[in-house]
Amino acid sequence: MKTRRDFLKVSAGGLLLAGGARWVEFANAATDFGPASLPSGTLESAQLGSLPGKLPLIKKSFRPPNFETPVAYFNEAFTPNNAFFVRYHLAGIPEIDAAQWKLAIGGESVERPLELTYENLRHDFETVEVAAVCMCSGNRRGLSQPHVPGVQWGHGAIGNAKWRGVRLRDLLNKAGLKKDAIEIVLDGADGAVLDKTPDFVKSIPVWKAMDENTLVAFAMNGERLPHWNGFPARIVVPGWTATYWMKHVTSISAVAQPFKGFWMNPAYRIPKGKFPVIDRFISQETDANTPITEMVVNSLITSPDNGKKVRQGEAVTVAGIAWDGGYGIASVEVSEDEGKIWQTAQLGADLGRYSWRQWSHRFTPARPGRHAVLARATNRAGATQTSDLIFNPAGYHNNVVQRIEIEAT
Amino acid sequence: MRTLLLFALLFTLPAFAGEDSVRLKDASGKELVAANCSMCHSLDYIQMNSPFLDRKGWEASVNKMMKAMGAPIAEADVQKIVDYLASQYGK
Repeated sequence: MKTRRDFLKVSAGGLLLAGGARWVEFANAATDFGPASLPSGTLESAQLGSLPGKLPLIKKSFRPPNFETPVAYFNEAFTPNNAFFVRYHLAGIPEIDAAQWKLAIGGESVERPLELTYENLRHDFETVEVAAVCMCSGNRRGLSQPHVPGVQWGHGAIGNAKWRGVRLRDLLNKAGLKKDAIEIVLDGADGAVLDKTPDFVKSIPVWKAMDENTLVAFAMNGERLPHWNGFPARIVVPGWTATYWMKHVTSISAVAQPFKGFWMNPAYRIPKGKFPVIDRFISQETDANTPITEMVVNSLITSPDNGKKVRQGEAVTVAGIAWDGGYGIASVEVSEDEGKIWQTAQLGADLGRYSWRQWSHRFTPARPGRHAVLARATNRAGATQTSDLIFNPAGYHNNVVQRIEIEAT
Repeated sequence: MRTLLLFALLFTLPAFAGEDSVRLKDASGKELVAANCSMCHSLDYIQMNSPFLDRKGWEASVNKMMKAMGAPIAEADVQKIVDYLASQYGK
């Protein structure tokens, strides 16, 4: 039994984890907690804090725990498990004993309901691995202008990992999906503290559940899932935002009617027709809006930090990551002059279409002064990042071209 | 049963103990806000969501907590809570 006395150790900016933990040096307090365009209250209330088993991450809220990953960790192809962001809607989060855990596959639209143990899940089905970006729908919400309420995420509600588990479709096939199945409903062991608060339950269309890449994952980057990322098993829906990646999953149900629940509607909705997304969740669409589905093409400059000082004539590597909803990154372009001229960046290894792609570009400032450096990704479906925010009330899909300044002296 | 279990769980987890460090601004209504809002979440949610909501925005947030999330806030307290949030954490 873990002692919970020191559950959360928090400091205003220091390193508290003792003993061999990997730690990334942060440049300064201003960049520790996110971009200056976050709400001032967000920056003031942020702290570095470590949940058990995690490195110090940027605390957005204590209860339920919402912690984002400092950008410095995104210089790696895969995000370390102990630095991976944590996001919960509801504060009732049980610590699960894998030996007691059960996963029910059922619902009105299966022929033969079944129940699996942790051992069944790991040994009775073919095991596969997918590299995929897990990104909160609300990543960068805090950068919305005007600001909108919710967890004020900066750039760090995202991570890339190798997810290992079984195909959801293998479980559904074993249970026997009826012809009338329209959605697969996902529920996890975490819940609300009040009976009247809607439990966090999500659904995905049957076609996405049957996609060969959609998993019930029990391992992440070669290790068992961290508690805070869904132990003992979570759903992985590559290409789609993390709202569907149910943590601590305990129930998978096939239904013949669109699932109604607060977290499907009105939550997690985007206005129809505003974003260049291809995947649709038609059974959940209304005249006005539709559930968020795939991630829009996006990129992030991970190095250097905004405001970096370099010597005139000395080369600096501008590096970052780019990702999309699974079509694959076609190119990343970098501008050294506020967007007038764009040059093609060098892409890193292709780790799979659902993984992010690393990129880099050598910039040698020829004159002293401030240089505005921008990065812009384009995917294989021909979509690119927007230069102006596409405002929406929940602050989703913020893929505005990012800008940093490098100062040459 | 579920509620009891979860409450028991929370109270045995100083887990979220870090939230004791959260200090709301001193003003009339602070205790009311702390008592009601902290039933379900730590009070840093208020700080984080500031200072960009106007009175209408805070009113909408409190309404959402009551109507969508089932927060048992007494009708008589709603205006006092909104007053505090709008004056201390509003734009």
